[in-house]
Amino acid sequence: MARIAGIDLPRDKRTEMGLTYIYGIGLTSSQEILLMTGIDPNIRIRDLDETQVARLREVIERNYKVEGDLRREVSMNIKRLQEIGSYRGLRHRRNLPAHGQRTRTNARTKRGARRTVPGKKRARK
Amino acid sequence: MSRSLKKGPFVQARLLKKVEAMNRTGKKQVIKTWSRASTVFPQMVGHTIAVHDGRRHVPIYVAENMVGHKLGEFAPTRFFRGHVRSEKKSSR
Repeated sequence: MARIAGIDLPRDKRTEMGLTYIYGIGLTSSQEILLMTGIDPNIRIRDLDETQVARLREVIERNYKVEGDLRREVSMNIKRLQEIGSYRGLRHRRNLPAHGQRTRTNARTKRGARRTVPGKKRARK
Repeated sequence: MSRSLKKGPFVQARLLKKVEAMNRTGKKQVIKTWSRASTVFPQMVGHTIAVHDGRRHVPIYVAENMVGHKLGEFAPTRFFRGHVRSEKKSSR
């Protein structure tokens, strides 16, 4: 069982894809890692031997910010924006999109599911 | 698209001149400015700058971690009071 960066252990996937289950590692960094360690991206995770897992662990530890550390960095960045009273910080506080997107419609990812406002009139015939 | 590095960050020359004059004399005074597009420079830390929001000048105390942002980011131009109650409800 491969256990890298704390709690992650996807099993039956190809290593290339399996690594992307780690927060902070997408397909691009996954491919970089495999290139650096010289491991075949097509091997299933369960078929990796201990030395390969150790090598992966080391490369990731040394070159990538993942999981908790990365999450902390992101939330620190947001906190900073909020503390200095910037517009972006304000948007984060209100849970609205921070990059100037429209909010008349859409923006559902950030705002969550629709809440119907009562008493809103429908178009009449 | 971000600004060319060759040019360096933008500040209104007048504003920077005023800030530097204050640093030289050691005085602290609120500077009014309309230049929302100006970048906050390290020299401005500790000063209070009143940034125009379209209606009035919002005083902003510049802290260290504001450096690199634009002045306008700290003076919101829109003020949202909430939605109007629908006619149906208010008339009854």
